[in-house]
Amino acid sequence: MEEVPHDCPGADSAQAGRGASCQGCPNQRLCASGAGAAPDPAIEEIKEKMKTVKHKILVLSGKGGVGKSTFSAHLAHGLAEDENTQIALLDIDICGPSIPKIMGLEGEQVHQSGSGWSPVYVEDNLGVMSVGFLLSSPDDAVIWRGPKKNGMIKQFLRDVDWGEVDYLIVDTPPGTSDEHLSVVQYLATAHIDGAVIITTPQEVSLQDVRKEINFCHKVKLPIIGVVENMSGFICPKCKVRKESQIFPPTTGGAEVMCQDLKVPLLGKVPLDPRIGKSCDKGQSFLVDAPDSPATSAYRSIIQSEYLGVEGVSVHTSVQIPTGLEGA
Amino acid sequence: MEAAAGERAEPGNLAGVQHIILVLSGKGGVGKSTISTQLALALRHAGKKVGILDVDLCGPSIPRMLQSQGRAVHQCDSGWVPVFVDQEQSVSLMSVGFLLEKPDEAVVWRGPKKNALIKQFVSDVAWGELDYLVVDTPPGTSDEHMATVEALRPYRPLGALVVTTPQAVSVGDVRRELTFCRKTGLRVMGVVENMSGFTCPHCMECTSIFSSGGGEELARHAGVPFLGSVPLDPELTRSLEEGRDFIQEFPKSPAFPALTSIAQKILDATPACLS
Repeated sequence: MEEVPHDCPGADSAQAGRGASCQGCPNQRLCASGAGAAPDPAIEEIKEKMKTVKHKILVLSGKGGVGKSTFSAHLAHGLAEDENTQIALLDIDICGPSIPKIMGLEGEQVHQSGSGWSPVYVEDNLGVMSVGFLLSSPDDAVIWRGPKKNGMIKQFLRDVDWGEVDYLIVDTPPGTSDEHLSVVQYLATAHIDGAVIITTPQEVSLQDVRKEINFCHKVKLPIIGVVENMSGFICPKCKVRKESQIFPPTTGGAEVMCQDLKVPLLGKVPLDPRIGKSCDKGQSFLVDAPDSPATSAYRSIIQSEYLGVEGVSVHTSVQIPTGLEGA
Repeated sequence: MEAAAGERAEPGNLAGVQHIILVLSGKGGVGKSTISTQLALALRHAGKKVGILDVDLCGPSIPRMLQSQGRAVHQCDSGWVPVFVDQEQSVSLMSVGFLLEKPDEAVVWRGPKKNALIKQFVSDVAWGELDYLVVDTPPGTSDEHMATVEALRPYRPLGALVVTTPQAVSVGDVRRELTFCRKTGLRVMGVVENMSGFTCPHCMECTSIFSSGGGEELARHAGVPFLGSVPLDPELTRSLEEGRDFIQEFPKSPAFPALTSIAQKILDATPACLS
């Protein structure tokens, strides 16, 4: 059923099923009947469900492998250090769900109850949901097209019994496609605080991240700020202690990009080999390596005013930084 | 055995392409595009004519890596003319990057529209005569991957190169990619472990920044060949940023022997064709 015409007007447009390019499309009849135009009832249901969730933060990047899941997990750990704060971590990377491993929850299963699916709890105040918990083997591949992935995301938002939550952190796959459109669409009426966008310093990442920033503008998703990850490496064996740029910021890194696009730079996190090891073991790096410069960078980002922690108001529009010289 | 050149059953724009290799990974950011470009350049230095098809529609990285950003795609009778990245016209490239009006424009498409463009990329690009077509993919096991495998199936690809980094979090995703290959009948030519250690230029000590050993262990677990480990090399990263020919310009770099060895393994694994 992938023979959708190149100039498809969109299933929910006024021209759906009626446009010249609709002739011959297998969906033509369905679109012409107006079925695509009706809003999904799940959106209202999700809005109701999200009433008990105070803040919602999406963690995005156009680029893969920059540290979205690592950041999401450690943002969750960092916020959950306050026992009175209830944190929910939702992993909507359907094909590559990394969060169970990073949170030390591999092999856990999801339980159903009368009030919906129960998240898997790392701590009393930190609950996690991922498609990883629905797979029976680490070799199982989720080979799904867009519509099926969207259905799963809808279920995660509508059917998981999160309870009273202070922060819902949503980890996403790389790109600007089904998963991203769906999560924004389903949460549209439930108010998303904004997106934290992760990058690494090199242009190959930044060029994808600029697209992600444009995506956010297109779908009117506020941008909380950008985090530059893997920003420099100090060899632990080195007496010289000089920094190496493994991913060189050939075009000025996130700092220049943030200035150009007028988005806040929340901070830069250096490379520390202990981060990868903690993630592989499913432990919090903030606890494993409290002395690491990467830990200090994470803590300063978590406490950044832009993230709205500790009652400081969240910036809900794209900010033009005044006097900001990079974090 | 693979059908020889003149006996390829399918007509169309891929009729002149001898061997098709897909570069896959379940995980993002492990270096698929890097390995795709370096493999293409190494094959070219071995005297082969190579095409690169970049089916990462949301994050098309290849044009920049080959200093081809902003180039225009022209039409001919058989379809789109791929962009030649070198004067000798031995490496050609097609990417959605060439079709965007502005480089920062986001391709915000759902599955069906992505599938339609991938089908066009496979059938409507006039590749001409090529020894190898290297297909770079985005991370995952979804629309793009299914569309690409289905569209290429009649042309009997040589197989897939699967890329991982050493750490368990990457291997965890790449295991799923290997399952995808098995389920879709795509032969796995081997696993490449990228970002395998970094040698500090100041003290010459090697640190396993992204852990170690995962790639080889994965290959062993899955019963597929391990093609090699490529170390982290800022010269390689810089070379990709600037769109330079790493294989030609940096033969003394630590990543060079690994990359050329992987290319040699591909050449060795390629069945001989009747000309």
